[in-house]
Amino acid sequence: MTASRDSKKSLRRFLPLAIFVVLVGLLAYGLTLDPRRVPSPLIGKPVPVFELPLLDKPGTLSSSDLRGEISLVNAWASWCVACRSEHEIVTELSRSGLIKVYGLNYKDEAGNAKQWLKRLGNPYFVNAVDRDGRVGIEWGVYGTPESFLIDHNGIIRHKVIGPITPSIVSEELVPLIKQIKSEMS
Amino acid sequence: MKILAALCLWGVIWCNAIAAPVTIYKFDSKENEAIFYKLSDELRCLVCQNQNIAESNSELAQDLKQQIYTMLRDGKSEDEIIEFMVERYGDYVLFDPPFKPLTWLLWLGPLMLFFLALVVGMKAIGGHRSEKTNDAQYSSDDAERLDRLKSELNQSSDKDKV
Amino acid sequence: MIPELGHFALIVALAVAIIQSILPLIGAAKNDVALINMARPAAATQFLFIGLAYAALTHAFIVHDFSVLYVSRHSNLIQPLLYRVSGVWGSHEGSLLLWSLTLSVWTLAVAMFSRKLPDILMARVLSVMGMISVGFLSFMLFTSNPFERLFPVPLDGNELNPLLQDPGLAFHPPMLYMGYVGFSVAFAFAVAALLGGKLDATWARWSRPWTTIAWSFLTFGIALGSWWAYNELGWGGWWFWDPVENASFMPWLVGTALIHSLASTEKRGVFKSWTVLLAILAFSLSLLGTFIVRSGVLVSVHAFATDPDRGVFILIFLCVVVGGSLALYAWRESTVSTTGSFGWFSRETALLLNNVVFLTAAVAVFVGTLYPLVVDALGIGKISVGRPYFDTMFSLLGIPLLLLLGFGPNIRWKGDQFSRIKNPLQLMLLVSVVIGVMLPFMIDGVFKFMTGLGLAAALFVALSTVYSLVVRLRTSSNIPRAYVGMLLAHFGISVFVAGVTMTTTYGLEKDLRMEPGSTYSMSGYDFHFNGVTRVKGENYTAEEASIDIFSDGEKIGELNPQKRAYSGKNSSMTEASIDKGFFRDLYAAMGEPLGGGAWSLRLYYKPLIRWIWLGCIFMSIGGVLAVSDKRYRQTIISKVTRPSVTQNASA
Repeated sequence: MTASRDSKKSLRRFLPLAIFVVLVGLLAYGLTLDPRRVPSPLIGKPVPVFELPLLDKPGTLSSSDLRGEISLVNAWASWCVACRSEHEIVTELSRSGLIKVYGLNYKDEAGNAKQWLKRLGNPYFVNAVDRDGRVGIEWGVYGTPESFLIDHNGIIRHKVIGPITPSIVSEELVPLIKQIKSEMS
Repeated sequence: MKILAALCLWGVIWCNAIAAPVTIYKFDSKENEAIFYKLSDELRCLVCQNQNIAESNSELAQDLKQQIYTMLRDGKSEDEIIEFMVERYGDYVLFDPPFKPLTWLLWLGPLMLFFLALVVGMKAIGGHRSEKTNDAQYSSDDAERLDRLKSELNQSSDKDKV
Repeated sequence: MIPELGHFALIVALAVAIIQSILPLIGAAKNDVALINMARPAAATQFLFIGLAYAALTHAFIVHDFSVLYVSRHSNLIQPLLYRVSGVWGSHEGSLLLWSLTLSVWTLAVAMFSRKLPDILMARVLSVMGMISVGFLSFMLFTSNPFERLFPVPLDGNELNPLLQDPGLAFHPPMLYMGYVGFSVAFAFAVAALLGGKLDATWARWSRPWTTIAWSFLTFGIALGSWWAYNELGWGGWWFWDPVENASFMPWLVGTALIHSLASTEKRGVFKSWTVLLAILAFSLSLLGTFIVRSGVLVSVHAFATDPDRGVFILIFLCVVVGGSLALYAWRESTVSTTGSFGWFSRETALLLNNVVFLTAAVAVFVGTLYPLVVDALGIGKISVGRPYFDTMFSLLGIPLLLLLGFGPNIRWKGDQFSRIKNPLQLMLLVSVVIGVMLPFMIDGVFKFMTGLGLAAALFVALSTVYSLVVRLRTSSNIPRAYVGMLLAHFGISVFVAGVTMTTTYGLEKDLRMEPGSTYSMSGYDFHFNGVTRVKGENYTAEEASIDIFSDGEKIGELNPQKRAYSGKNSSMTEASIDKGFFRDLYAAMGEPLGGGAWSLRLYYKPLIRWIWLGCIFMSIGGVLAVSDKRYRQTIISKVTRPSVTQNASA
């Protein structure tokens, strides 16, 4: 009788403290996270079906074009300041020949977009124009820049939220690209 | 994390309800109108600091409301629209967390705690029914004063006890 | 010069706080009167220096001293005086200074009104409060200095966020802080009692008035925030279950449990262990709230400029204060014991159940607020928890709560018979249910379950409260203020629930396109749109709509919503216009120009919405009434604690 009462007593004594310790651990770890980062549920799923006009020439880009090789779809806009910061890396990625880089011009004015590319250089194989953002919604885009790595089967393998940095390229993209390449053979 | 801070969230500046675009939608039916307002309330504006798309002024919120409207006009049901959003943005977009194993603890936790606390409480009351005084902590002097005070207090009538 | 003096004053205050935390505590342990007697002067000195610092910052705002970084960020040359004064607490650094000032005010109050307390207890209480002050002053001085300078000095500053330029918001933080911070007194009493190893009914008696007053302030502060949101944000909403709002609601819930638990401990000596824990918990939640608001861990519209580094500091502070007090509780819990006994049908039981309900409610808010973080941290997903969850939880918990509220105050202490009160209470319950069910039916012919339930519950509590008063009047014509306070507070809940139920069920919202000269009819009112004109305010220009309200052909009011453009960069703001009424509000907000003079407008009909805040005001006043009752604060037992006096008197 006393034994169970004792254990009940120690439960009451130490439970609040124990709960608090767990809480602090959680909050401490929480400080390292970004609560606004929304991971994509489209990883591992096929590219959403779409067909969009191109920016600088006649014709369209459609989801079926994104097959047969590894590609990167980069959502960007001329009004987007952060897109400027990743422009160099996107250009390098394109030049390296590792992957094909497609542009998704998101909620932008064609004139402004063309000027932006003229000023900074055009790293994109082609640029699709998503004027009203509808296709963006299909991709789960909520801000720019966002980039999607797509494999040869048209499956979305990875999403980069925010500007692509050198460390993202070396730590996230390159290993994945290598993995896909080995799957291809 | 700094990278994410650099993400150009379209219209993030405008998220705070400081300017209110009121788009007039014409609905086919009262049910559709009700569903529209309900979903606007329950879907999250992803670029904002914890607002639903009804209250947010960001462009994304307007786009999403337009999406809901279009889907309603095409005859889609409330569940289909929710599924559409979740497929693209994940559960994060729902302010009404779905009931699935991941959220069992969320939905059932407080209620389970309520019943658990009731049980514990009842046991405690049961324990209190026997006169359980632990006067050992008081010295005999104090115990005497305590008894005198108890009778003093008991004399002042019950109605003084608010 | 003055900002430097302000900064210096803070440093001095910190030094005094350190002294206040350590010396009286040692004095209490060693029974050293000299050290013990340092507590009160230290409290007064701290108040003086923090007050000076606060005055310095306010001065900088008033005279437009943009060389102070904080001022330049939150004020500009055309900012009205009221918002220069209230801008002091408009952001992180300044609000911390307000926190410290509020804490020093409470500490001083305890020092001044504690003559009847045994000195050892007083010393410990002031020591603990001093420790909390050390934490906040350090936080300010090391990470968030409000007096930081800016060179070169800009010619003009950035205005205060236009959303904050509203009278409601000018008063909301001070009231809220008086509540939040006020719970530190109960906390300090709990810790002091644990340290001294004597937790008895007298400790509860001393804690009670302090806790109740803090609770009253908190109730009022939260109500002000809600009222402001309704007036200012243009969406007709009054509560969003935003993490920062929840951060203020959790201490309120626990605080409510605490004041009821304290009553039980004081009168019957029961639930001591729980009361101590609740006292620790209430203030801990206040501190947790501070963490949530300022660390960026959760996404919130209200969050101050968030900084994880600052979050680390607060977290460490939390560990020391909360962890320390809970460890103390674990260690000393055996010295706390219950001395009362009571039967199954007794007020003690009702209050125990009351604690269960309020604690569950607090847990629900806690879990809902932090669950997304848990899921994210464990890497198992990313979810949001919003209004639908919290509304469901509270609708469920409301039922047992309101039943308890109806029955509880009519049940006697220690032991009672249900048969004694069965008939009147059953009758009241029946009447309430019948009316509750019928009312929705009478309003629009539709049977609504939740609405009926809410109205029935509210009516039951109201009737039961009146019944308690009548019964009391029969036995004696003298009704203590504390009793009236309790009745008023309980009645306030009834009013609150009625308001929430009606406005949620029968509120209407319409987005319209209106052309000048057109009329729209809603809920028996005709809204006639006259058009839009330009107007000028003190620091803004606006497009103002003119809408006349007619009822039965007679003009009964006017609405003039505005769309304001402030001087700052991203500041265009909707200012809603409200035709206020005791039984309903009519609310209009502007949308956009649609060409040709037509505008999109949003009109709202809000029945009984004012009852929400009226209920809160009743609760708050009830608390103040209770504290003003002299019996509440008497210490019959003070004779016991002055042994030298009693020795001679008791003979």
